[in-house]
Amino acid sequence: MLEIKNLHVKLEEEDKQILKGVDLTVEAGKVHAIMGPNGSGKSTLSYVLSGRDGYEVTEGSATLDGEDLLELEPEERAALGLFLAFQYPVEIPGVGNMTFLRTAVNAQRKVRGEEELSAADFLKLVRAKAKTLKIDADMLKRPVNVGFSGGEKKRNEILQMAMLEPKMCILDETDSGLDVDAMKLVADGVNALRDEGRGFLVITHYQRLLDHIKPDVVHIMANGRIVKTGGPELALEVEHNGYADILAEVN
Amino acid sequence: MALPEAKQSPTEARLASLSLPTAGCTRDAREAALARVREMGLPGRRDEYWKYTRPDTLIQPEAPKAAVFTADEPLMFDQIDRLKIVFVDGVFSPEASDDLSLEGVQIERLEDICCKDFHWAKELYGVLEARGQNPVPRPLAALNTAFAADGVAIHVTGKPSKPICLIYKHESETSDAILHHVIRVESGAEVTILENGPAASRFNKCMEIDVADGGTLHHVRAQGRDHERRAATHMFTRLGEKSVYKSFTLTVNGVLTRNEQVVELTGDEGVAHVSGACVGDGDFLHDDTVFITHDAVNCESRQVFKKVLRNGATGVFQGKILVKEGAQKTDGYQISQSLLLDDDSQFLAKPELEIYADDVACSHGSTSGAIDETALFYLRSRGVPEKDATNMLTLAFLAEAVDEIEDPALVEDIVARLQGWLARRS
Ligand SMILES: Nc1ncnc2c1ncn2[C@@H]1O[C@H](COP(=O)(O)OP(=O)(O)OP(=O)(O)O)[C@@H](O)[C@H]1O
Ligand SMILES: [Mg+2]
Repeated sequence: MLEIKNLHVKLEEEDKQILKGVDLTVEAGKVHAIMGPNGSGKSTLSYVLSGRDGYEVTEGSATLDGEDLLELEPEERAALGLFLAFQYPVEIPGVGNMTFLRTAVNAQRKVRGEEELSAADFLKLVRAKAKTLKIDADMLKRPVNVGFSGGEKKRNEILQMAMLEPKMCILDETDSGLDVDAMKLVADGVNALRDEGRGFLVITHYQRLLDHIKPDVVHIMANGRIVKTGGPELALEVEHNGYADILAEVN
Repeated sequence: MALPEAKQSPTEARLASLSLPTAGCTRDAREAALARVREMGLPGRRDEYWKYTRPDTLIQPEAPKAAVFTADEPLMFDQIDRLKIVFVDGVFSPEASDDLSLEGVQIERLEDICCKDFHWAKELYGVLEARGQNPVPRPLAALNTAFAADGVAIHVTGKPSKPICLIYKHESETSDAILHHVIRVESGAEVTILENGPAASRFNKCMEIDVADGGTLHHVRAQGRDHERRAATHMFTRLGEKSVYKSFTLTVNGVLTRNEQVVELTGDEGVAHVSGACVGDGDFLHDDTVFITHDAVNCESRQVFKKVLRNGATGVFQGKILVKEGAQKTDGYQISQSLLLDDDSQFLAKPELEIYADDVACSHGSTSGAIDETALFYLRSRGVPEKDATNMLTLAFLAEAVDEIEDPALVEDIVARLQGWLARRS
């Protein structure tokens, strides 16, 4: 589904190489996790895939179901089914959460040639999904992420994902800042979406999340590359021993 | 003291193109106003108060031509049940207007106040304007008092069931309209005044508003979409104890607009909110000049102005809060912000506080910036196309000002107008 080959990325403004040849394939129906030290390039990878400005791809490719992602505008990638739950969700004063969600859902439906959701249908759907994530009506009415707690912001990301039903979901540290109960809610939200046709790329620092969202494959990213790939046991190894052993081994 | 030549001749040239209305009980007020004009002289480029806005076209003898814009959309506030008072190129049109009787309010055309029992209007005409000449002269307002060709007097004694809407139609390419309205809101009375339309090629409007203790006046205006029109407006408002004045202005297009608001809080616990949203594209200069005087205790004032500028448009804000000695517990807030959609546009702001009381809370801020790229990416990453996302963020930027309007039906109309403007540019 998601195929990244030899991806090299530098900052547009500076002569700084951040990704130095990333190879990664996520198959439909699978959950892949990426772990790795701070600053290794995990968020950069997720931003480049979703089309954020400021990065320059110097080599390599990234495709979603065969479509060249790197050629597309961020909104086109979203309409293709790519979703990024941000490590730091953005506050947008003056834009109601509900208006935002509805605009996004309908924009994507439009691109896919589907009919727009009516206000009533949308409301019903969003209320039901918000309820399972314990997001109250008040949060839906407030401006996007403004005054939300860290955990509320992360749950709001998952609500957006649930509403948009993307086929390739990238979660960048969605577990950080969550209390134990919220983590369970978020994991349930993700697991509810797991199916044959959908792929997940879960970026995390903690094995704990992976207890709830069982990964099929775990990758270790260091210094702009995937340096090791394995099964769920790799996450346990990191949890117990840190990255030193793995990094020593690959060097 | 004689005016310098640089002021004298343009002032006299303008005066020569006008004549004082002959009869009427406002004659003395008009002559006094004319004397004020001669003493102050009309605004010139060197005047500090006109540092950012060139007054030339506002004072030249003939109005510059302005094409009449034919709207492809219903009149503003058309969905709202309102009493319509229509002026065409600055002249009252009885045919186009509604019957002026409405419970809780008496409305008379300015020229008729003399033969009616409208003493309050005779006593108000030109008075607040004259008070407002200090400490900063506002000669265009004095010119208006002297030469206003038409206008209405509105006496609010109760709570009329619907808003009173002044509609200003623009039909002649060369019209030069001068309108002067006086409004008195009695104790405990409450009214909503709406204004909309471009009015004329050049429009000089003055409104004097006297709100008695415990009275409330809401004002919402939309200045019309004609690109080439020019306007200089003044609103002089005097507020009594526990009275409320809330005024919002929407400006979409117009080559030159200068809106002055002069508010005097003279009774304890008065509330004055003035706000505005403007969107300008290209040859557009919009100037909000506000002067709020706190002269009583426990009063609250708010100024919220937002400007969206593109293609070399210019926004100006001059806002002042003056807290007089003894005006303790004043709560004054002022914010002026611009969203520049490109590098060619500019925002010039001069926020001022002058405080002579020690127990006050006043804050002011002014910012100028571009669209927030991070927010834009966030919206786009959810599938919202770039143009739509930009428009959403632009409306969000304006929201703080639009939210100053209390009536949701009016908000809806204003937002629709802004959306239309944005959509036409997407
Ligand atoms: N716009 C930018 N300007 C400057 N440096 C950047 C920028 N974006 C990324 N970097 C740098 O690139 C490197 C990788 O950053 P990135 O955010 O991708 O790391 P990460 O693996 O997500 O780290 P963390 O685990 O702390 O979230 C870091 O050294 C970071 O400082
Ligand atoms: Mg990161």
